[in-house]
Amino acid sequence: MSILINEDTTFIVQGITGREAVNLTRECLDYGSKIVGGVTPGRKGREVHGVPVFDTIDQLIDHNGGAVPDGSVVTVPPGFTKDAVFEAIESGIGLIVIVTERIPRRDVAQMVELANLRGARIIGPNCLGLVVPGVAKMGGIGGPARNTEQAYQPGQVGVMSRSGGMTTEISSTLTAAGLGVSTAVSIGGDAIIGSTYAELMPLFEADEQTEAIVIYTEPGGRMEAQLAEWVAANDSRLPIVAFMAGRFMDDEEMKGMSFGHAGTIVEGKEDTASEKILRLEAAGIPVVERIDEIPDAVKAKL
Amino acid sequence: MRLFEFESRQIVKDAGIPVTNYGYALSAEEARSAAAEIGGPVVIKSQVLTGGRMKAGGVKFADTPEEAAAHAAEILELEIGGHMPRGVLVDPKAEVEQEYYAGIVWDGTRKQPMMLFSDMGGIDIEEVAEQHPDHVGRGHFSNLLPFSDFQAKQVIAQTGVTGSELNRATPILAALARLFQTCDMTLAEINPLARLSDGRFVALDAHMDLEDEARPRQKALMAQLGIPAEEQREAHEATPFETAVTAIDSADHRGVIQGKDAGFHGNIGLVIGAGGGSLTLTDAVRSQGGKPANYSEIGGNPSVAKACGLAKAVLEKDGVEKIAVMMSIVSNTRVDIVARGVIKACLELGKDPGETIAIFRIPGAWEEEGFKILDHYGVEYCDRSVSMHEAARRAVEKVQGAAA
Repeated sequence: MSILINEDTTFIVQGITGREAVNLTRECLDYGSKIVGGVTPGRKGREVHGVPVFDTIDQLIDHNGGAVPDGSVVTVPPGFTKDAVFEAIESGIGLIVIVTERIPRRDVAQMVELANLRGARIIGPNCLGLVVPGVAKMGGIGGPARNTEQAYQPGQVGVMSRSGGMTTEISSTLTAAGLGVSTAVSIGGDAIIGSTYAELMPLFEADEQTEAIVIYTEPGGRMEAQLAEWVAANDSRLPIVAFMAGRFMDDEEMKGMSFGHAGTIVEGKEDTASEKILRLEAAGIPVVERIDEIPDAVKAKL
Repeated sequence: MRLFEFESRQIVKDAGIPVTNYGYALSAEEARSAAAEIGGPVVIKSQVLTGGRMKAGGVKFADTPEEAAAHAAEILELEIGGHMPRGVLVDPKAEVEQEYYAGIVWDGTRKQPMMLFSDMGGIDIEEVAEQHPDHVGRGHFSNLLPFSDFQAKQVIAQTGVTGSELNRATPILAALARLFQTCDMTLAEINPLARLSDGRFVALDAHMDLEDEARPRQKALMAQLGIPAEEQREAHEATPFETAVTAIDSADHRGVIQGKDAGFHGNIGLVIGAGGGSLTLTDAVRSQGGKPANYSEIGGNPSVAKACGLAKAVLEKDGVEKIAVMMSIVSNTRVDIVARGVIKACLELGKDPGETIAIFRIPGAWEEEGFKILDHYGVEYCDRSVSMHEAARRAVEKVQGAAA
């Protein structure tokens, strides 16, 4: 099994005619994903790798005989993202992966709030999407199908990461160690994201294939504290191993700077790498110092 | 983007929140006339984008316009935490009965803005929250539904404030919540919010951060505050390396490169990527005893020229003899293009790529082509079977071996 998507999941790409979206569409199709249409306003009638393009999601649904797609990958410029996501939510789409970065927080918060009202889930923004190895991927995660296969083999570990690239690095390490990956989710590098670690934990908890969790974390925000609280409050069957990047940002000289992702801005005492490591370890989540220590740390907990 | 106090106060004032009749001065002379206009004791406050100005001598009291001018002259020349002030604020000395705190921040867990109010103002709110939790009121508000004043009232009432104080403070916190939304702030604070002896409330200081991502749609606000569109307000002034990398990046739309070196004093040049990979690799180099000369990020499939430009900028830094070229597994960026770029940088600077590139560890798309080129120039490289930390260890060993 898997979380969020499976072999039957249908999705669309909003902003499908953009350069990156064209690549992403190709990569997902090659990997076996079911893309049932694309939307770019004013580009109705075109095709992208055989995928029909529409002006609106309404048209797309009509074209498919009224079938509402399960998901949407949104890759439109930051100024237009909120409207595109609102369109997806109001069309009844339940899973929205937002690739776009540099979206103001107010817009993200509005999208999340509407999604909550309508029962939809958002992954991202500023993410590469998710992959169920050997089954389907939704977003640019892992790159071309051939590269995705190389890094992601089916297995027992669920991966959640604030960095898209590090999702692949960690999954590749787990694959090489023979553990493999159940579902890997690039959750996004922004200060406010649709789905945090703690919010995805119940899904992994319910997934029989998943036997352990690996998370990649960074300074900034309270997402790790939230996970630690979740672990304390829920008697989870899943052991968790964490990797913390950006420890150098704790240096006095690095104060007030953000590195890597927008979400790494440290706004309070709880946001630093060292504070997060303490919190995670207090919750029984070991924090390893090297990516290559992850497989052994997972095996020790299985 | 952090705003100066004089800008934050302007925003507060424009939102209808009462402020004192302060003046803003760029010279001692202007401070004198501002003080004369106020006609009583004043406070001269340095306008710097850093904390601790009180301790550093950036806030002084004056009884006469002459004293105000003298203090202003001093403060205008006073560097605080590496920042020179941008003018001084001349504020009438207020007859304060009580100080409060009013602030709005983002709560990433709830994914909503949160109001904070305390009847213990003038000090750090985190401290108050820790030591006197019953003196801090909190409340989230929606970004979709219209804001209503009762939400602010509830937050203030939590602290036990009642009577006319409650009714006077409510519209102030409500206005702050509304401007937080309309101006795309990530932080909006009034501290202290003062109740004067006549019962009026005024904002005595304000602190605001405008979200960088929202700058494109806050042009009107920026123009009103007189902030040029290109003005950057980092925690420090851009270094020559940072300026050079920014110029290389903007000269070509393909891919993205970033470079930082403020606070880095080492000898290992880092040509690394992408976001999370760079954080991981910087830590990895340090954990192996290496001292990075810089931080960088390569992403989004840059051109040969861009990769070359970054490598050159790093190699041109004082004390950098070798660079480590490393990334987490790439899927979008082409390995061969980065390889070409960094080799080109070495050759153009008259350096031997095999000697200069301590390690090349970029696994992923087009790696076979990349490895062929690296072979040709005798550069040590590795694929994904060598971990990021092991690659960092090899780089550190070579650089320190060379230095010893």
